[in-house]
Amino acid sequence: MEKKDIIQSFKDSLFTGLIALALFGPIVGLRTESKGEGLFITPQWGLVFLLVGLCILGRFLINLNSARKTEITFFSKFTSKFSVITEDKAKHFAITAILFAVVFPFLPFTDRYFMDVAIMILTYIMLGWGLNIVVGLAGLLDLGYVAFYAVGAYSYALIATTFGWSFWICLPLAGVFAAFFGILLGFPVLRLRGDYLAIVTLGFGEIIRIILINWYEVTNGPDGITGIPRPSFFGLPFKRSPDEGETSFHLFFNLEYSTMHRIIFLYYLILILALITNYFTLKIRKLPVGRAWEALREDEIACKSLGVNPTNTKLTAFAIGAMFGGFAGSFFATRQAFISPESFTFIESAIIVAIVVLGGMGSQTGVVLASIFLIGITEMFRDLEQYRMIAFGGAMVLIMVFKPKGILANRKPTILMHGDKK
Amino acid sequence: MNNLLSVENLTMKFGGLTAIDDLSFDAKNNQITSIIGPNGAGKTTVFNCLTGFYKPTNGQMFLHKEDSKISLRKYTDFKIAYVAKVARTFQNIRLFPAMSVLENLLVAQHNELMVASGYSLFGLLNLKTYRDKEQLAVEKAKYWLDIIGLTHRADDNAGDLPYGDQRKLEIVRAMCIEPRLLCLDEPAAGLNPKESAELNKLLKFIKTEKQTGILLIEHDMSVVMGISDHVVVLNYGKKIFEGTADQTKNSKEVIEAYLGVDE
Ligand SMILES: Nc1ncnc2c1ncn2[C@@H]1O[C@H](COP(=O)(O)OP(=O)(O)OP(=O)(O)O)[C@@H](O)[C@H]1O
Ligand SMILES: [Mg+2]
Repeated sequence: MEKKDIIQSFKDSLFTGLIALALFGPIVGLRTESKGEGLFITPQWGLVFLLVGLCILGRFLINLNSARKTEITFFSKFTSKFSVITEDKAKHFAITAILFAVVFPFLPFTDRYFMDVAIMILTYIMLGWGLNIVVGLAGLLDLGYVAFYAVGAYSYALIATTFGWSFWICLPLAGVFAAFFGILLGFPVLRLRGDYLAIVTLGFGEIIRIILINWYEVTNGPDGITGIPRPSFFGLPFKRSPDEGETSFHLFFNLEYSTMHRIIFLYYLILILALITNYFTLKIRKLPVGRAWEALREDEIACKSLGVNPTNTKLTAFAIGAMFGGFAGSFFATRQAFISPESFTFIESAIIVAIVVLGGMGSQTGVVLASIFLIGITEMFRDLEQYRMIAFGGAMVLIMVFKPKGILANRKPTILMHGDKK
Repeated sequence: MNNLLSVENLTMKFGGLTAIDDLSFDAKNNQITSIIGPNGAGKTTVFNCLTGFYKPTNGQMFLHKEDSKISLRKYTDFKIAYVAKVARTFQNIRLFPAMSVLENLLVAQHNELMVASGYSLFGLLNLKTYRDKEQLAVEKAKYWLDIIGLTHRADDNAGDLPYGDQRKLEIVRAMCIEPRLLCLDEPAAGLNPKESAELNKLLKFIKTEKQTGILLIEHDMSVVMGISDHVVVLNYGKKIFEGTADQTKNSKEVIEAYLGVDE
């Protein structure tokens, strides 16, 4: 490498440092604390210099690396190896992952916190898989997916609290409601394309949230719905002391009462729901309607010229995606026992879309990896409180830099003429 | 021989621009009817009217069946291919590039397969009736791939094929809907002489072996003169000549339209 290059990259990294200083200076450097009367500013210059120093160093290293003009940097070597493993042995990977997920609650290091995070990740995986039908397969950018999640959660909550029906009856109903809303939204907007569709769906997500806040008589407004029935294990509730004439789970199985029972049950519940979503998606992708979705994503005009009805095809994608969002919503409601419009803000839609896009549009395994990566990293930095969204953003940037098409961007044909060549 | 398509007084205006001006012509079954003309003459616009992408300002287009005729104006959008069975290819190839060659041909059989899969229900249950139908669809795809010699690439992405093969694939994909009328928009554009000879062979095969009439837009005169039964010449949206290939070659109007006239 030439000396000129080094000087150039040194200048460049100093400039990066300057930008970092401008950003971190006020955000990190000036910390407000309330002591008695009013707010006081405590400067934290040490931390700022540390961060700025890291930025300069990082930029310098990246520059050095690209100056060598070798394609194979450490990271891309690492990630390409990674994707080769999962591409070739996708099946093995899937089986291992499922086995791991099944035994996870009984691993020695698994505690309450891990379980909660795992349930959260699985919920996002399920939502990601649901949205993958709409965004990944049909190519319809839906930025309001959380609306269907909300419709599912609220339908479940309202039906369950009003009629007292069991989880297994309310779940499909919530799915049907969400699918219905999917069609309702789909009819007018599916003529739109690309960015326009994204904006309208974004608006729809907000409309649903605002209706939930304002329709006080039904949704109880911002106070939300409380006392949503917890799920029971085939009629056996998870209670320390069951009501008159009832047996609870721990008594029936002769176990010591533990709150973990319910958590473990919820874990398996969402695992099964997610796996159903996955199984369904993998199946339907190989059917004519699934191929039509992908064809629409590829070229809508060509589809029309072949007699494929674009509106119906998109509607089915929208409705099915919404239905799975609704299922996930019911799960959310029964898990929390309390829901309010707060839980269904735009950021949720954004996270789900990020999971699908970063996973590699249309890749089921990619959704899993992206969920674990994004939610996991955000959780790991929970101590940083509000800065943890920076970790979220950072994780997104990392994926986009090293895997611009998503973690797993390869697509396998839905049907082969010559069988597997191996 | 029976008429397959009759276009009557077709006019298409875009604002002040008249892209097609009172055009009438016929096309017959098992014949290749070529539409030629200089750039911007309105050829693609004729196709867009026929295949439901544009709604003509004026005029009628009829597709003749044994003893009835259907008006293409009534069908828009996907229904032209689905109901009226008019298929087309595009001036800029429009395949599904990230899908395999075989999948491209299966999407063309979407409507039959959709019924066979019980609108996905039988398919999800993996019933034998559906699997058999799917097998038939694959066989139909293989039949066409054998003809264009691409069977060995059936599982590759359509976007990875060489340009000439993509053109051929787009044509057989259109054939998979079993069209009564096949509209080809400059299929020979960008092909080398060997490929365009193969294309000629393919089109002759379709013309003689299938119950299909072909409408062909083409600039490559070796293709036009080699295979057309009938030629319609457009200039500024107007028909300036109509006749056999030989008549066209020697027509004064046509030569003037292409080369310009000395003032
Ligand atoms: N959607 C449209 N809006 C406005 N003008 C159009 C539209 N489509 C076509 N035109 C105009 O109509 C005229 C005919 O266009 P057309 O594409 O049919 O020509 P063409 O004969 O296919 O030419 P080429 O040989 O270059 O493909 C052109 O002047 C074109 O600009
Ligand atoms: Mg044209």
